[in-house]
Amino acid sequence: MTSGPITEAEKDRARATAEAVRAASAPPPGEAPTLFSVQEMELNFGPQHPSTHGVLRIVLRVDGEKIIEAKPDIGYLHRGTEKLFETETYPMGIPHTDRMDYIAAATNNHAFCLAIEKLLGVEIPRRAQLIRVILDELQRLSSHLVWLGTSGIDLGAVTPFWYAFREREQILDFFEEYCGARLTLNCMRIGGLPFDLTPGWVERLMEFVDDLPDRIDDYEQLLTDNRIWKKRTVGIGVISAEECIEYGLTGPILRGSGVAWDLRRAQPYECYEELDFAVPTRPNGDTYDRYVVRVQEMRQCVRILTQCIERLEEGEIRGKVARVIKPPAQEVYASIESPKGELGFYCVSNGTNRPYRMHCRPPSFINLQALPRLAKGHLISDLVALIGTIDIVLGEVDR
Amino acid sequence: MAEEQTPPPPTPPSGEPAAKRPAPAAKPESRDAAGHPWVRSIETGVPGAVLGSKEFAREITVTVDRAKIADVARHLKEVEDFRYCVDVTAVDWRDRQPRFDVVYHFYSFSKNDRIRVKCAAGEGEDVPSIALVFLAANWPERETWDMYGIRFSGHPDLRRILTWEGFKGHPLRKDFPLEGIDTGAAVYPEEWPEGGGPSADDPNRKAVS
Repeated sequence: MTSGPITEAEKDRARATAEAVRAASAPPPGEAPTLFSVQEMELNFGPQHPSTHGVLRIVLRVDGEKIIEAKPDIGYLHRGTEKLFETETYPMGIPHTDRMDYIAAATNNHAFCLAIEKLLGVEIPRRAQLIRVILDELQRLSSHLVWLGTSGIDLGAVTPFWYAFREREQILDFFEEYCGARLTLNCMRIGGLPFDLTPGWVERLMEFVDDLPDRIDDYEQLLTDNRIWKKRTVGIGVISAEECIEYGLTGPILRGSGVAWDLRRAQPYECYEELDFAVPTRPNGDTYDRYVVRVQEMRQCVRILTQCIERLEEGEIRGKVARVIKPPAQEVYASIESPKGELGFYCVSNGTNRPYRMHCRPPSFINLQALPRLAKGHLISDLVALIGTIDIVLGEVDR
Repeated sequence: MAEEQTPPPPTPPSGEPAAKRPAPAAKPESRDAAGHPWVRSIETGVPGAVLGSKEFAREITVTVDRAKIADVARHLKEVEDFRYCVDVTAVDWRDRQPRFDVVYHFYSFSKNDRIRVKCAAGEGEDVPSIALVFLAANWPERETWDMYGIRFSGHPDLRRILTWEGFKGHPLRKDFPLEGIDTGAAVYPEEWPEGGGPSADDPNRKAVS
């Protein structure tokens, strides 16, 4: 290459090249020219991503920041729980259920026991029913608190996390005092409960519950009218009631789309029939409405807990169940309203002391199915909000 | 606070669910449910589909012809208003012919009740997919394929879901070894049991209780 000033001939050559490039990349007549080249890209979201709350991989097809297609890839936490149930006796299955939805172990225990109790036709004593409902509702509170804290963090709101986990710690303390464990509770037995309440537990719970409405006000003060929070959640992941039913979505997602369907009301188990509580719904079916529904549900938990504590009376905590459980060779399906939606167990017995088949219908697994539908057309950063709003626990998705 | 009052609950798309159900009987008993209106409805809607029915613990189970399962699902959805497909799974009856039962659960918001539909499928036999009738059945059918090796014909995307592509075998089959198979990923291969260890219902297996 020669140094020196650029000659006219060189300038001509450069002009000709530029002209040729322009001609080649010109849009067809009648269309606006594009400034940048448009290209779809495939992107891996996870499996190690802080917002996935576990190991979830989503294969994204994106156009710039916009999601064209999202394909969840699950199974990283598959431990063969359903196979394990088949190999062990009925009571030995209860601890395995703790490890499915590990944020809400009590409700898992409950659904599992309920299926076997239905198979046996056992009557649960009233005190056990009330304590079961108390444990369930405490668990629902703690599950919603974890959801509130973590999905706030995902969207950049760090403060609610500290408030939510403050109360969650207290709830875990109650569980610890009751059954010795904080997370993997194993706190129910077929036919009732393992232990009675410790002295003073109810009084301390009452104090905690009395305080809760003010605490929930605190969370709402941070988020409900927060402009940034609203900007990130209103109109994100809108889904209609019809589509929810078509996708099999249950729990706060269904109620956030305006369907007042809650298994505690529709098909009451234990003593929910006699308790007075509302089923909160919202009409728009977006991420913000699902947030409001969950916060409202926490307020209803307070109502239920108060009523249960008032009704508590002395009595048996275990029904009449044989030491070796051998149900008749039949099949049943029993389900409860877990914090995430309908949690059901399908149990097939062959008359021995081990279940022939124990299948779990996990709400997280079914709800995650709708993620591609929710994410389509949104930005990548909204995907974080959407994973949060479905409220999945990967232990339950993969089992 | 801004969201203090709850809006009046709107009616579900297909009517208000009934509020109360009678408590289950103390000792549930199994009986024939051939006279049940839903069973009759399936019989008239899809002639020749119903092979048997029973009622246990207030649950209706209908056994139908495998080839007609998609028609039965469509009939239940469109005529009987079972619009919510709760679950699809299977049971492996190892020594029976045909070997598998594919089990479907449906729920109706207007009836506030459930129905269980079963169809038998032999080894290597395809079951018509209902994933195009109920979008909710998509992943459960994939899981059933993954865990039991039952193919669903007409499924839009029948891939393994919990195990990975290339995994050998179907883990929930009764003859799949309990301790798993050698996938080549074992950290201590010398401790791996010969042939993968006993299967779940092996009588010689050591079991507690």
